Formats: sequence, C-alpha cells, structure tokens
Amino acid sequence: MKFLDEYRDGATAQKLVRAIEQITTRPWTIMEVCGGQTHTIVKYGIDEMLPKGIELVHGPGCPVCVTSLEMIDRAHAIASKPGVIFCSFGDMLRVPGSRGDLLQLKSQGCDIRILYSPLDAVSIAAANPDRQVVFFAIGFETTSPPNAMAVAMAARRGLTNFSVLVSHVLVPPAMTAILAAPDNRVQAFLGPGHVCTVVGNSEYPPIARQFRVPIVITGFEPVDMLEGLLMAIRQLEEGRAEVENAYGRAVREEGNPASRALIDEIFEVCDRKWRGVGTIPQSGLRLRPKYHAFDAERRFDVETIETQESTVCISGDILRGVRKPQDCPAFATACTPHAPLGATMVSSEGACAAYYAYGRHLQATPVAVHLGV
Amino acid sequence: MSDVPARAITVADLLGSCPAPFTQYDRVLLGHGSGGRLSADLIHRLFLPAFHNEVLSRLDDQAVCTLAPHADVRIAFTTDSFVIQPIFFPGGDIGRLAVHGTVNDLAMGGATPLFLSAAFILEEGLPIADLRRVVTSMREACDAAGVTLVTGDTKVVDRGKGDQIFITTSGVGVVPRGRALSAASCQPGDRILVSGTIGDHGIAIMSVREGIEFETTLESDTAPLADLTRVMLDACPQIRCMRDPTRGGVSSALHEIAATSNVGMRLSEAAIPIRAEVRGACEILGLDPLYVANEGKLIAIVPAAGAEPLLTVMRAHPLGQDAAVIGEIVAEHCGMVIMRSLVGGTRVVTMLAGEQLPRIC
Repeated sequence: MKFLDEYRDGATAQKLVRAIEQITTRPWTIMEVCGGQTHTIVKYGIDEMLPKGIELVHGPGCPVCVTSLEMIDRAHAIASKPGVIFCSFGDMLRVPGSRGDLLQLKSQGCDIRILYSPLDAVSIAAANPDRQVVFFAIGFETTSPPNAMAVAMAARRGLTNFSVLVSHVLVPPAMTAILAAPDNRVQAFLGPGHVCTVVGNSEYPPIARQFRVPIVITGFEPVDMLEGLLMAIRQLEEGRAEVENAYGRAVREEGNPASRALIDEIFEVCDRKWRGVGTIPQSGLRLRPKYHAFDAERRFDVETIETQESTVCISGDILRGVRKPQDCPAFATACTPHAPLGATMVSSEGACAAYYAYGRHLQATPVAVHLGV
Repeated sequence: MSDVPARAITVADLLGSCPAPFTQYDRVLLGHGSGGRLSADLIHRLFLPAFHNEVLSRLDDQAVCTLAPHADVRIAFTTDSFVIQPIFFPGGDIGRLAVHGTVNDLAMGGATPLFLSAAFILEEGLPIADLRRVVTSMREACDAAGVTLVTGDTKVVDRGKGDQIFITTSGVGVVPRGRALSAASCQPGDRILVSGTIGDHGIAIMSVREGIEFETTLESDTAPLADLTRVMLDACPQIRCMRDPTRGGVSSALHEIAATSNVGMRLSEAAIPIRAEVRGACEILGLDPLYVANEGKLIAIVPAAGAEPLLTVMRAHPLGQDAAVIGEIVAEHCGMVIMRSLVGGTRVVTMLAGEQLPRIC
C-alpha cells in the first residue's frame, strides 16, 4: 500500500539501523514526544533493534493520558445528566475518573457515543434539537483544528444545543517543563510530526537553543522513526543542537495557515493541569470569550470539581522520561489497562499501556522467527 | 491421535499473571461480549463454575460426545447466537451468518454438519419482507452447506426491547471414527496456517455501521467451511486442531490454542494475508486486524511435514486460495504469541482486553 509499505520496509529499516550503529560512539537518551511514536516503537520492536547505549524514553504526548482527573470527572458529571448525548473519541471511554469510566456510565443507560470526527457531533446536535449534545474536545495541536471547526460550524448554524468540554494541551510548554526539571535525563527529542504539520516548526528553535538539545521533527512509521533517530544521534555525536525536519512529506515550516487561523479564531492559550504532571503555565487552549456559549463547563456548571490521584502511580515521572513503566511496583499487577491507576496506562497511546499491550510485562526473551515463509 | 492428555484451561492460562478485571464491574459491559479477555473472564468466573463438566471444560467450539450404548458414534454439538447491525450487510446477512457460524463451529471439530435448529427473537414492527429475506437466505445457506434445519422457535418482543432480529442456531454433526482434533494436541515445530485474508468481516460491518462512514466495497467473508475442512482432513489427517477466528479475531483463537496446548507461538507479520482495503481501513480506524472478526476463515495447526501439502490442498479450494503459513509452535514462552514485525523487531501479541476502541490520532 502506497505511503505505508515503503515506511515499513524491513530492508530500509535494517539499513538505517546499521547507519545508527556506525555513528554511535556513546550512550544517549532520546525522548519521543508523541504517544503515536511510542506505540510504533513497541509495536515494531524498534528499541530492541538499536545499539545498546541508545535509550528511548517516552514523552508526554498522549492527549488521553494527560487529560486531568478533574476534567474526566466533569465529563462524567455532564454525561450523567438526563437528556445529554455525550460524544467522545473512542479511547477516552475507558479512562477512569474518580468513579469508574464512561463505558460503565454507558452500561447504566447514559447516551455516550464514539465519534471519529467532532463534526459528527454537530450533525447529531442538529438532528436532535431537544437534546443537549456535548463533544469532549481533547488533544494536542493536532486535534484542535477539527474541534475548532465544530464550534465554528455550530456557531454558523446557530445551534443552541451543542457545546464542547475543552481540555486541549500544547506540546512546547511540556517539552520546556521536562527540560527545566533538575532531574531531566533527555538529551534529544524526536519532535511531534503531526503537531508540526498543523502549527509548523517555529516554536522549537528557541527550545533547542536554550537547553542545547537537538529536536528532530519525526513521523510515525518505523522507517520515519529510525530516520529521526539517525538524525538526532548524528547531532548529538557532532555536538549540534538544532531543529531538523525528518518528516518533510507532511511538515512545512509554517504549518497549515488555514488551520492556524481557525485555532486562533476559536481558542486562546491558558494554563492547564496535566494528569500526572501538574499545572503547566500557558500549556493549554480554552474557548475565547466570544464562544463561551459553546463551553460545556459553563453550560452545565461543573467547573469546581476537585479530585485526588493514586499515590502509588509514577506516571508523572514516566511522562517526564525520568522512569520507565517497569519501574512502577503497580505496573501490570495492580495497574492494567482494565484497571488503570494513572495517566500512562489509561490510553493505548500511553507508555504503560503500550508496554502492556505489546507484552513487555511478560518479559519474553525476544527470539528470531525462522520461518520459510 | 495425540499423546498429550487433554487438560482443562485454567483462569491463569487465559488471563496471564495479571489480576482479573471481573470484580471491577458490577454490570455487564459490551466488552464482555468482545471475545477477548473480559469474555474469557465471564466464562471462567461465572459459566464454568455453574455448569462444570468434562465436555464443557474443553472449551472447544463444539462439544464432542458419545451416546452411551453406541460408543463408536460420536456427535458434535454446538450453539451460537447472532446479533448484528445492520442485519443486511455487504457479502451477507444475519441469517446466512447464523447458518455459517454454527456449521463452522461443527466443522472445526472435524465433524460433518447434519442438522440445525433456529430460534428467532423478533422485534415488534420488523417488516415481514425483511424476515422473509433473512429466512430465504438461511435456506440457501443450509443447502450450500449440506445441512437441514429441522426444528425452530419464534418469539416476539415489544418494539424497543430487541434490535430487529436475534437468531440462535444450534447444530449437530457426526465425527468420523478415528478423528480427534484437539486444541490441547499442538507440539513444538507444528506450523500455523490461516485459510485466507483476515479481518474482512469485521471491517465490512464497521464500514457500513451507523456512525462510522467509510467508503469501501469490501464484503464480509461469511462462508460455510465444512467442505474446506473435509478436503483438508482427507488430505492431511494429522491436522492437530482447527479454529474459526470469529469474535476476538486471530489473536483470540491463537491464544486459546496456545493456552490449551501449553505451548508458545511465533508469527511472522509479513506472512499474514491482509487485504489492502482492510489494512487501509484499520489504519484509518485505529484498529489491529489481528483482533478483527472473520466469518469464513480458519486457523489450522499441523505438524511441519504436513504444512506444504496441506497448503497446496487449501489453495486449490475456492475458500482457501489465499491460505498461508503464518507461524509455528514453539516450546518457549508457553501461552504467549510473539510476532516478528515487518521491520525485524519482535512484540508480544496480547489477548484483546475488552472492545477494541478507536484511537484518537
């Protein structure tokens, strides 16, 4: 299949691995920012293919994971109200709030629907004028244009029964928070390819300069990731700290101007609490005052919910790349995807969930498959 | 045929070392019907303790029993319920599915399917024309599969209490003398075969289901497999066991076999046949084809020496044209399925937890 097969090609991947082996002279710790990249690493066993000293640590880029417990509880409070149709991306449904997950609410009779596009929620609102339709607008810069578009469409159609529960987060402030921490171990970043497709690269050179870290904007297929790793390691070995683009087929310097304009029209930057990390200044998006009529928090009066997190969970350290899933005493025992304790186990893109899904807790000795097929 | 004693699957076999999630839920979730870990949990914690007996504990797709004074006659018996939306879909309908599902469960045990029953739960308001279409389709499917529908039942529930039509079929077949397929009989070195492309049924259904708009001409693979299994067993009587990877997909079927035989499995991702349309849809929908349902495919485990001849026979059959060897049985990592990825790394293929939920991005 075009645009997939060439980026999953075994021979190309092996060639890149050999190139990485040739230039690597000492250990390096590299963080991939995005949950989708973490997923690719464990799905294809990329970390096992690298030279011993190259350590991949998994970043905060899973939007489902970092959505705060308060926000999940707000979602539950809204979804439980009579007459509400609560719409969400699929993997938010299994995220536990203080009292169970949305799948359980659904089994109790609440009208909760999985959508692929926020625009479908607008259509549902138009078709059900006597019901309140709420879309759970989460995600990084990547999902902010479609979520903004849903609000713009609802405004244009004059819908009064549509609102969004906004919990958008931004990548650059999270990277800065990780690098500024005293126990930071990250020496280079594989940057968020799809975030940059939307908003461009311009926010990253100041970070690379200030903290002396290479940032390589990277895609999501195995060959993309190996290319990104090769470029990042080459910079580290040569003592450079620049922003490079390894995902040229998708990312332009200026991003997507139409999407940026739309985001800017609907949203403004705000402080945001990240699950497992805490509040990071200027790290989120919220609706601009002129769109407050579409703000579900205001419409349903759920702004004041406060919550407590598990004390065992080390997801904050995992999100910052300080520790790995296996370092947690609860990993794969008290904490599993069916009964997650914290941020990184709740979504399939979270580092703990990815390690679990691909059986890292089972500690199989990886063995070559020798098939004559 | 096997010298490996049959062994009941334990909860630990299916659930691994992690604590079971059952107690987390005080109500039934959709995930309990997914064919994955939650389904296994329900069976082991609730149904097996209630009905425990030697035949049921084998947890095969069909029960094979002897009728006491006729110890030489073994019958295979199975039952299955069908709930699907939409009831008419590309490549089939609920009626055809209900016949094929039960016929295939019998065929996987090496049985020749003979008789079916069908129980219909109809929702008030269902157009008679739709019911007639379903029934006509069932009759055609029975004829094609060589089975006779000999008994049935009908109930009607209030509008809103059902979803158009639910069908339960049960089936009886006979197992030829000397044939003893068993999911407990697999040995290291055996080869794992699949009869064709995987994920076709699940993606065909998802593509037309309300809420997920995906344009594709992909059709369900629903088909009766008894003729394919007949030629396979004629050509290769040493086949260890067969499974049709329906709910929960290939992953669930392989895990059941690995756990029951107490062996490990190694797969090669590059060897698994998947249609380009299914791969594309899975990419877009954020799903893994290893967990997507099939209704006209089977998995067969066979000693290494039999793999190539069996493959030749399968590929000569209309329902096995894309058959492939996808992996082998190993003595290591018992109960686990490990796959070599396209780029050369390895990963563990885990059992599906509940429903497969689409990912955000």
